Amino acid sequence: MDTYLDHNATTPVRPEVADAVVCALTQHGNASSVHRFGRLVRHTLDEARESVAVLVGVSPASIIFTSGGTEANNQALRDFDGHVLVSAVEHDSVLGAREDALVVDTDADGVVVLGHLRETLASCEGAALVSVMLANNETGALQPLRDVMRVAHEYGALVHCDAVQAAGKINVSFADLGVDMMSLSAHKLGGPQGVGALIVRDGLDPEPLLRGGGQERRRRAGTENVAGIAGFGAAARIALENLDWFAGLTKLRDDLESRLRAAVPDVVIHAIDAERLPNTSCIGLPGMTAEMQVMQLDLAGVAVSAGSACSSGKVAPSHVLQAMGQDDAAAQSAIRVSLGWNSDARDVDRFVDTWVTMAQRRGANADARRSVA
Amino acid sequence: MSPAPTAIYLDHQATTPVDPRVLDVMLPWFSETFGNAHSEQHAWGRQAADAVDVAREQVAALIGATAREIVFTSGATESNNLAIKGAVRFAMRHGRGNHIVTVSTEHKCVLESCAAMADEGAEMTIVGVGPDGLVDPELVAAAITDHTVLVSVMAANNEIGVIQPLAELGALCRARGVLLHTDAAQAAGKVPLDVEAMQIDLLSISGHKMYAPKGIGALYTRRRPRARLLAEMSGGGQERGNRSGTLPVPMVVALGEASVVAVSEMSAEGTRLAGLRTRMLDRLRVDHGDMFVNGAMDRRVPGNLNVGFPGVDAEALMTALESVAISTGSACTSASVEPSYVLRALGLDDADAGASIRIGFGRFTTETEVDIAADMIAAAVGTQRSDSSVRAAE
Repeated sequence: MDTYLDHNATTPVRPEVADAVVCALTQHGNASSVHRFGRLVRHTLDEARESVAVLVGVSPASIIFTSGGTEANNQALRDFDGHVLVSAVEHDSVLGAREDALVVDTDADGVVVLGHLRETLASCEGAALVSVMLANNETGALQPLRDVMRVAHEYGALVHCDAVQAAGKINVSFADLGVDMMSLSAHKLGGPQGVGALIVRDGLDPEPLLRGGGQERRRRAGTENVAGIAGFGAAARIALENLDWFAGLTKLRDDLESRLRAAVPDVVIHAIDAERLPNTSCIGLPGMTAEMQVMQLDLAGVAVSAGSACSSGKVAPSHVLQAMGQDDAAAQSAIRVSLGWNSDARDVDRFVDTWVTMAQRRGANADARRSVA
Repeated sequence: MSPAPTAIYLDHQATTPVDPRVLDVMLPWFSETFGNAHSEQHAWGRQAADAVDVAREQVAALIGATAREIVFTSGATESNNLAIKGAVRFAMRHGRGNHIVTVSTEHKCVLESCAAMADEGAEMTIVGVGPDGLVDPELVAAAITDHTVLVSVMAANNEIGVIQPLAELGALCRARGVLLHTDAAQAAGKVPLDVEAMQIDLLSISGHKMYAPKGIGALYTRRRPRARLLAEMSGGGQERGNRSGTLPVPMVVALGEASVVAVSEMSAEGTRLAGLRTRMLDRLRVDHGDMFVNGAMDRRVPGNLNVGFPGVDAEALMTALESVAISTGSACTSASVEPSYVLRALGLDDADAGASIRIGFGRFTTETEVDIAADMIAAAVGTQRSDSSVRAAE
């Protein structure tokens, strides 16, 4: 096990983040308690809230810490009083939050079709909330959020942005985007699993999903996950400092893709014409299922994924690729390679060598089968 | 910020420190052996998934359940929300009733979850408790109607530690075909719980009340007869569709290890804590013979004490006791200064409720700490009383 290229599924915590987590794990107070143990914990929470706020350019008060991106997405959409519109390539937690959501089409690169968004909004009476992700988890394709905002505003609609895959990888500014709500997840940007945030513009008050104590300004009950939040804060700080470095992964990723294309001419790089995250590549290999590719790579000690991790227990065709107009065969033959903070050229070499050998053998196997027949 | 405080921590019902053994087991899962437990197609994901499986068995063993019945959550608040709203929403959607029975001394998140369901059209009956804090099963039985879906009664109270008669409640709920949910945040790992013997259908666990970190919990959901829920969080369909979201592997591993430690040490530790409690009680009584105890002493988790000193202002007492961490109510509501609704439910008036403190002993509390803290509490009560008698004389 030495080449991990599945950072969009989860990324290991950085050493500095682990330190922050351990430090918080050894503080034993409840932030709601008024004694000094409680106050110390509250201070830890305040610092982390500040760091996360800085990462996406908001005031600390607009952050609601949650148990992760899924909870943040559900809270943003679930109880909205009005129509909810989602793009067809959203994460399952957005698609699943509302059974009655209206689905907006995307083009061949997985980018929202603004005309269809406009059409769908025009058909809605009353309040509407549009949920469009900043970056896709499977292809890395970025959505034209500014255009989405412009169209949404024409119809007086609110906009929620699932920035789980984008935050910490590219510059994300809540204010510049002008969105009303945004979801974040710590473990996608070098923080621990089990913590995320819903960011809410001033004056907006989504119904709490969890009820009980008055934590998070009565917007999310439950004793705060102090260690998780401390780790989230540390990860946000480090990710922000390393955005330029992360942008440099584009070169590594592009190099990876061009080597695959040179060696295996029928390879398909999905969403290649879209603006993408620096670290993500969605690679289709005609004639070989993603499951088979991932298994062979796994045997060679290389970890990548077939689609998003949440649904990878069951290997269904990717709904993202289907929304991009790919047929079932194509949607079932794409793997995702995602680089992270500890990836280097050797990881890419290892992946490319293994994958190219496998892809070339695919032809040989098919020839062998033909000659036997 | 000042360095680590040196004070005696006697607030173990608010939160417990992470046991060093738990910390050791969870740490490698942040970095060395990280992985998404749902990425079962590669080795990193599989080792994470295997660790989750082991933890699931460990948590199940704590309460006599099977691993498949454990749903990991972000904590007891989420577990209680999921159990109550999930079960009632499922029943309402399928026309199988809409009535909830709960108890006046439940944790806020239970009462608020019930209230949220009332907003969605459910009916709710809140049963009171006796002066000892215990609920009378006959009153619960009498509250059950043909429309009742769920009875929610906590295992042990967070403020006064009293243990509710779960086995009796379980038997009567099963006989009436009603689900029994119990918020066991304060009981799990402290006193024996057996979902089979007690016929419990849904049971909430909190990690940070049993020496695992904050931010992890579990909900036991019975498979036979099946307790059905509508999920609160939709998405990837993790936890058999009951709770979507990437599992926090280190936290899950921690809850598993905390369960193992609790099972092996529960009995001896219970005896030790009960001894510390008696020690505290005896010492405080020497100076303050009029001290009263809130809640039944004979049916109580061993680490909890809740006592009042007539005429004393408990808030002021806490402020005076800078070196002893105790509390005046549950932590979730202690930012507000209203008298405890739990103590009011026992029949205490505002003055007596406002004169009461909760002292919570834990795994790392020593006899010496109890002796020092008892002296400090007794002295602080004495100081406040002499100050007020001086003021009265003036």
